[in-house]
Amino acid sequence: MSVDMNTTPNLPAGERARVPLSQRLGGLGGNARQYGIFGALVVIILLFQVLTDGKLLLANNVASLFQQNAYVMILAIGMVMVIVAGHIDLSVGSVVAFVGGIVALSMRDLDLPWAVAILIGLAAGALVGAWQGFWVAYIGIPAFIVTLAGMLVFRGLALVLVGETVAGLPPEFISIAGGSLPNVLGFVGNADVVTLVIGAVAFLALAFTQVRARQSMRKHNLHAEPVGVFITKLVLVALGIGALTVILSFSAGGTPIVLVIVGVLVVVYSFLMGRTVFGRHIYAIGGNRAAAALSGVSTKRVDFWIFVNIGVLAAVAAIVTTSRAGAAIAAAGQNYELDAIAACFIGGAAVTGGIGRISGAIVGALIMGVLNMGLSIMAVDPAWQQAIKGLVLLLAVAFDLLNKRRAGTR
Amino acid sequence: MNDHILEMRGITKRFPGVIALQDVTLAVRRGEVHAICGENGAGKSTLMKVLSGVYPHGDYEGDIVLDGKTVEFRGIRDSEAEGVVIIHQELALSPYLSIAENIFLGNEQLSSRGVVDWNRTNARAADLLRQVGLTERPDTRVMDIGVGKQQLVEIAKALSKEVKLLILDEPTAALNDEDSAHLLGLIRGLRDRGITSIIISHKLNEIEAIADSTTIIRDGRTIETLEMHGAEPVSEERIIRGMVGRSLDNRFPEHTPSIGAEVLRIEDWTVHHPVDQSRLVVDGASITVNRGEIVGLAGLMGAGRTELAMSVFGRSYGSRISGRVFKDGKPVHLHTVDQAIKSGLAYATEDRKHYGLNLIDTVQHNVSAAALDKLSRGGVVDRRQEGTVAERFRKDLNIKTHTVQAFVGKLSGGNQQKVVLSKWIYADPDVLILDEPTRGIDVGAKYEIYTIINKLAEQGKGVLVISSELPELLGICDRIYTLSQGRVTGEVPRAEATQERLMQYMTMEKDGKAS
Ligand SMILES: Nc1ncnc2c1ncn2[C@@H]1O[C@H](COP(=O)(O)OP(=O)(O)OP(=O)(O)O)[C@@H](O)[C@H]1O
Ligand SMILES: [Mg+2]
Repeated sequence: MSVDMNTTPNLPAGERARVPLSQRLGGLGGNARQYGIFGALVVIILLFQVLTDGKLLLANNVASLFQQNAYVMILAIGMVMVIVAGHIDLSVGSVVAFVGGIVALSMRDLDLPWAVAILIGLAAGALVGAWQGFWVAYIGIPAFIVTLAGMLVFRGLALVLVGETVAGLPPEFISIAGGSLPNVLGFVGNADVVTLVIGAVAFLALAFTQVRARQSMRKHNLHAEPVGVFITKLVLVALGIGALTVILSFSAGGTPIVLVIVGVLVVVYSFLMGRTVFGRHIYAIGGNRAAAALSGVSTKRVDFWIFVNIGVLAAVAAIVTTSRAGAAIAAAGQNYELDAIAACFIGGAAVTGGIGRISGAIVGALIMGVLNMGLSIMAVDPAWQQAIKGLVLLLAVAFDLLNKRRAGTR
Repeated sequence: MNDHILEMRGITKRFPGVIALQDVTLAVRRGEVHAICGENGAGKSTLMKVLSGVYPHGDYEGDIVLDGKTVEFRGIRDSEAEGVVIIHQELALSPYLSIAENIFLGNEQLSSRGVVDWNRTNARAADLLRQVGLTERPDTRVMDIGVGKQQLVEIAKALSKEVKLLILDEPTAALNDEDSAHLLGLIRGLRDRGITSIIISHKLNEIEAIADSTTIIRDGRTIETLEMHGAEPVSEERIIRGMVGRSLDNRFPEHTPSIGAEVLRIEDWTVHHPVDQSRLVVDGASITVNRGEIVGLAGLMGAGRTELAMSVFGRSYGSRISGRVFKDGKPVHLHTVDQAIKSGLAYATEDRKHYGLNLIDTVQHNVSAAALDKLSRGGVVDRRQEGTVAERFRKDLNIKTHTVQAFVGKLSGGNQQKVVLSKWIYADPDVLILDEPTRGIDVGAKYEIYTIINKLAEQGKGVLVISSELPELLGICDRIYTLSQGRVTGEVPRAEATQERLMQYMTMEKDGKAS
């Protein structure tokens, strides 16, 4: 075709300057939203840092922030995948209690080593997921109903198994949720060296992958963000990771074990969602199920495995929760599904499916966690805490929506 | 004499990274039919969305003067209050509601006690349906009537709102000739009642037939406004020259077929309706496609063309399917789409919004969606290569977007269609089934697509084209099948094909008589 068809408006410099900044940022696509969520997290952290007279970011508080909220982050990873595919899972809280019971009983009554008990727990989670995935994927019952039923079924089974509590668990198992990595490398001043090393390695790995991704994008003439934005981003990330590392290195134990678990899960699942065919299929199904099916995506199989996956992650959360409580409790995991779902939506997932990221869900979980922590330090009545969290969920999503509408991207 | 009902002055509309409209002017006289022409992505739909308040005042620059006074619509309700009603490119009816409910959606007919007055609703709906020439009962569900009739329901809905200025964005794109003719007749009738219309269409023969004046938009700017009944009548060629900036000598590229071995044979294919399983939709159809051959499939709306194609393509449609499929002479069983794709089939849908695209994902991801296997190793997608591929299609098919990272939903209708085609061309099948491949595509780009189809045939692929535009089939196909009521009623080689002959076969009744 003639040349003039090709011209996506190539604006002269003056014209370009007149395009409002918000719109130019919008040109970065989904990223702009992502920055917004990170910004909100930073604002909330600073807010509570002031409100609690600096207590929020005390080393031991930061460590226990992760220990207290690990379960939300783990569940949110699975949940965001379910939500992106256009489903929901209401059963995870009950599954946590049920699997927790199985793990505890294998150790106490069957005298199995804790590592074996954990494997049994993971397998049980997978089976629970397969059960629910079967009804959703192959029978075609909406996930809302299947998992509502699951919520009742597994809570009931947890009660049957556990009675009220199963206590007397081995110390190695207990230390999963409360413990930290051994500080084999000693201390610099009061700072745990292992923690510092992990922080440095994490940053370098991140920077390396980002730089490489950028290089390859430029080599292929794809749109990469401007150098300025890129470097600013790296500096901010360095500051964030640096601050976290230093603070944690001064905490009583150094790096909490659960932080390592969550970190590994985040890396693995971000890769899965962003880079693999399976991840692509999840987004494709959530965006337009019929079109995905007509492109050769086996929608049933993907649905099935998404539920198996969240079953396994619920089992991981169960292990962490049981370990933290020091016992399996039949009433454990109450409302966990709501925490995880809230984290996903605060993190920018779309109710209608097709949109959502692991990193967003994690940030959403952190926002809820900081809120919990800050309000507890301030000794706010738990009843009010709950009300405030509800409002934050509502406002976060409303803010996001208005923002999008203003950018004209409805 | 220049009594303008509408003047749009200096309209500029920006999207992130794109200026869709730049200093556009449009003047529409009272009581005329004013056409807007332009290539895909020129900004036609955007201009109409500005006019109807979809993009509210403040979202754009410039003035809209309606009936002599400047208006600042904050939303579609404001514009409707002033008698400006838009019917969008993608129909916006609620499929599960009845015709009457759809007509009065948002404008419910209430009784004095404030509840819905169903008698009045249905009576008024029946009256409106009569005005648009629909014989359907008002309580019929919208999903149970064809697209052509749905388009008429949209117009009835507009009439219910005391419309002064009716905007129709590609109203005939999905209609066959008969339904289109009826619709155009209706618009003429409205003009006689004093209703002004603005119509966007890529079917230039319709523009020539119905428009009083035509404004041409190219790359977001007004190029010119043509008087259709002026001293010298305006030809289609003249409009094309305005649209693309040069003349187009031929509508169809040269194509010398070199036909090879049979690549696809469908025998005795029978399909029933997916819900009403006793209803025959395709009835013992048999067709063959050879390598290097472009085969057409003609038929009226509801003849079963799409149903035939989709049921072959991994049983994506229908129930109680029977028959045999042979690929390269060997029988194949295509029970899933995945099997069909692996056997070398591809089906590019006519309904891109529902079956073709993930609108909330990027151009790049949509182009690769059917062939991720080719772009991945060990289940990990090679995003660099994927980007390169998408970029190549953007250039080859002239997809108007500033980056392949843009969301497909933000592209203009015609450019979305090109993304669907890219996806299936990239899948590199042996047999490519194209269902209405040029729906909503501008004249220049049509030529490009025909060229691509020819190239695919020259590479030895078989192409099966389903189209409601007979000139298109006559222009590009080597052989044409006709389908009527689910049966193959004729097979005509290129040399013997005429519009009349095809029409005769297309309207043949079950007992073999032409109706
Ligand atoms: N919401 C949006 N966000 C970003 N860009 C948009 C949006 N809507 C339209 N555009 C861009 O504006 C330009 C004009 O689009 P528009 O839909 O008006 O074209 P059109 O003339 O109606 O084309 P077609 O004939 O294909 O329907 C295109 O480049 C399109 O990509
Ligand atoms: Mg359009």
